[in-house]
Amino acid sequence: MSATTAPAAKGNGFSIGRLLLEGRAFFALIAIIAVFSFLSPNYFTVSNFLIMSSQVAIYGILSVGMLLVILNGGIDLSVGSILALCGVCAGAMMQGITLDWAGVILYPPVWAVVVLTIAIGALVGALNGVLIAFFKVPPFVATLGVMYVARGVALLMTNGLTYNNLRGQEALGNTGFNWLGFNRIGGVPISVIVLAVVAILAGLMLSRSSFGRWLYASGGNERAAELSGVPTRFVKITVYTISGALAAIAGLVLASQLTSAGPTAGTTYELTAIAAVVIGGAALTGGRGGVRGTMLGAFVIGFLSAGLVIIGVSSYWQTVFTGAVIVLAVLMNSIQYGKGGRKS
Amino acid sequence: MTGGQIQGNPDAAEVVLAARNVAKSYGSVHALKGVNFDIHRGQVTTLFGENGAGKSTLMKILSGVIQPTTGDIVLDGRPVSFANANEARDRGISIIHQELSLAPNLSVRDNIFMGRELRGPLGVDFAEEERQVRALMEELEEEIDPLTPVEELRLGQQQIVEIARALSVDSRILIMDEPTSALSASEVEVLFKVIRDLTARGVSIVYISHHLEEALTITDHAVVLRDGTMTAYAPRDQIDLDWIVRNMVGENYDLGSPPDSDKRGVALSIRNLSVPDATGKDLVRGLSLDVKAGEIVCIYGLMGAGRTELLETCAGRLRATGGEIVLEGQEISHLSIAERIARGLALVPEDRQRDGLVQTMSVGQNLSLASIASFTRGLFTSSRAEKKLIDDSIRNVTVKTSGGAAPIGSLSGGNQQKVVIGKMLATKPRVIMLDEPSRGIDIGAKAEVFRLLAEGARQGLAVIYSTSEVSECLSIAHRIIVMHKGRISAEFDSTVTKEKIMAASGESVAA
Ligand SMILES: Nc1ncnc2c1ncn2[C@@H]1O[C@H](COP(=O)(O)OP(=O)(O)OP(=O)(O)O)[C@@H](O)[C@H]1O
Ligand SMILES: [Mg+2]
Repeated sequence: MSATTAPAAKGNGFSIGRLLLEGRAFFALIAIIAVFSFLSPNYFTVSNFLIMSSQVAIYGILSVGMLLVILNGGIDLSVGSILALCGVCAGAMMQGITLDWAGVILYPPVWAVVVLTIAIGALVGALNGVLIAFFKVPPFVATLGVMYVARGVALLMTNGLTYNNLRGQEALGNTGFNWLGFNRIGGVPISVIVLAVVAILAGLMLSRSSFGRWLYASGGNERAAELSGVPTRFVKITVYTISGALAAIAGLVLASQLTSAGPTAGTTYELTAIAAVVIGGAALTGGRGGVRGTMLGAFVIGFLSAGLVIIGVSSYWQTVFTGAVIVLAVLMNSIQYGKGGRKS
Repeated sequence: MTGGQIQGNPDAAEVVLAARNVAKSYGSVHALKGVNFDIHRGQVTTLFGENGAGKSTLMKILSGVIQPTTGDIVLDGRPVSFANANEARDRGISIIHQELSLAPNLSVRDNIFMGRELRGPLGVDFAEEERQVRALMEELEEEIDPLTPVEELRLGQQQIVEIARALSVDSRILIMDEPTSALSASEVEVLFKVIRDLTARGVSIVYISHHLEEALTITDHAVVLRDGTMTAYAPRDQIDLDWIVRNMVGENYDLGSPPDSDKRGVALSIRNLSVPDATGKDLVRGLSLDVKAGEIVCIYGLMGAGRTELLETCAGRLRATGGEIVLEGQEISHLSIAERIARGLALVPEDRQRDGLVQTMSVGQNLSLASIASFTRGLFTSSRAEKKLIDDSIRNVTVKTSGGAAPIGSLSGGNQQKVVIGKMLATKPRVIMLDEPSRGIDIGAKAEVFRLLAEGARQGLAVIYSTSEVSECLSIAHRIIVMHKGRISAEFDSTVTKEKIMAASGESVAA
């Protein structure tokens, strides 16, 4: 994943201290794996890693979108709700869309369900972007509002109930929805492959494309970027749109893993995604961070909580541990970005 | 350093604060290499030196902002060490930083008293603070309301606030690191009056400026730094402009003369342009100006004359309420900033921290930011083409840096300014507008930038630059426009005298 390095780190000479600081998420992950492998014989097995990874996939996909938004200097609180809304939309389509005026029930094929669902997610994300870029609503407020609205719509659509059994029917030609959540290619769960593809594409975009450069620049200093000809509004709307689309993909993966879609899915997932990005070394003020760090952050959170479950620690303690890791990570961030320049 | 040695020195009674063998390194960069520097009671010591010579670094050490790698600071004959700037302030040392350090969202009053609010019986005594701010503004002869948020002030006014803040502390030693870079001549004159009052009261001043003539009028002692070492020292009666330049850079620089270029066709035409401020008052009023390809036009004016607004409107940052902007025959008022840059119209903004640089990016990424398209091949950027562009830019505008990968914050103020200029020159513009391009750059670099612009003009580039320094008007410009209250108040060719320019700007001609 070398392509996913933040360009800010490119071309620098490495010293040991710097390596430890910059690679902290990596070393944290190694430490977590080592400790839990020591505590439980069931932890360090291929099958356990694959199971854990497919759980990480959901958070991972969300956190890539979150990373783009945070690099832009924003925040997206609506991804958990968009995930639920899109899951419910997919569920509704799988159950058939009743067209009263025509007196028929439409069963779209799975590929159409997937495409439509992603489009819905992107649309809600674009709504965030437009509110923020054109109507100057602060990102925190705009996405907080959309978070409530999306969740509300999901609840309205289902009356608070859950769509079960999304396997589809042979006769209707819409089987295959559970492929995303259950199948494997060469032993690797599809969800993990989806995560890898998303991460690699995002990494390439950030480090090699002009859009990536625009994003880092407008997150670092929007006024200067704008005067240098960066289309800052376009960048803004695009990152929120991508974040929405990725939330939809995460929603599809989750619904497929569970073969059901409920309106309360994904509650507080946005916070986990933010945590992954922060643990991965991105600055909440924008302009700094990379996909590699964010992926490590997502795996740190995922492997930590899975490990705690395996050794039988109560879920209350899991919450405490996760919180401690986040605070620790932000502490390290301020060492790296804040005082680092002044004392050395 | 022992006290005896210092008392043995005939000047010792006068020295209030001194640096002894001070060195400062950032990794492999040696910003200061064993410098001795004295500040004399009740006198003005000026510090000269090229960009990156180490002036700001030395001042930050003397005022406790950073700590020296080796060496001592001696205050009133006794070695001291300051853990931070507050400790130094408590001992009577305050500093005006080269880069503004104001909180933009707070009012002028709150900025001036930030961190040392006046206590009254009911929390902060705002009325007393406001009274003191008004008194300070009166002393500085500025009409700035204490309750205005700082972000609504122009750059020059912000610099005044910064000065007022340092004055309000009542310190014995006041360090001024390029306090006048955004001020016009008459404001500098007022500041100098204030400095003379202060020194008469026994306050010691350190003054840094790249406006050499200006600094000469106020100095008592001059010190020259070069590459982190002190190369020359002399009291006022032994120095002149020549001495400074010789010690600073080794040779004399000339800002050049208007290049011979055949001026073909109008490149940029501004017709009847009006630009309002937030309250609807016009900052630029029905202004018309034609600039030909190959022509260099200088815009002179006082702070608030509307120069920045005029240039920012042409670049697309501000919207005009009336008038036209025509670039090579095409009306461009409706185009975005990016489209204007693509058509060859580039602006080097005045405030490099706020509008020029992305602080989170490297030197190289800042230099290439405005020309990303030129090194994008298909979907991806080509790092080879980008590196070439960066290396060329670093060479063209002579940025002193360890390389394109260095963080932008590691450059000295003047070198950061060169990066902003280099960034816009890299877009290969056909019309370039530079708002106070010489702000903070040394004479060598200034001559270099002017030479680049003159060379561009020879090849058909249209150049518009604004300045608050009259001597810069009388260099490469073919035509000098004086702006006053949003209008063109006079237009001269390159044979005009300084006095005429200043008179037209509404400025009282300084002695
Ligand atoms: N934080 C830092 N990290 C690395 N190098 C630094 C840092 N701060 C300053 N330097 C280097 O130290 C040298 C001296 O910088 P300094 O800011 O003191 O120059 P200066 O004389 O004030 O120049 P100018 O006239 O441009 O303001 C420069 O080469 C600069 O690149
Ligand atoms: Mg400096």
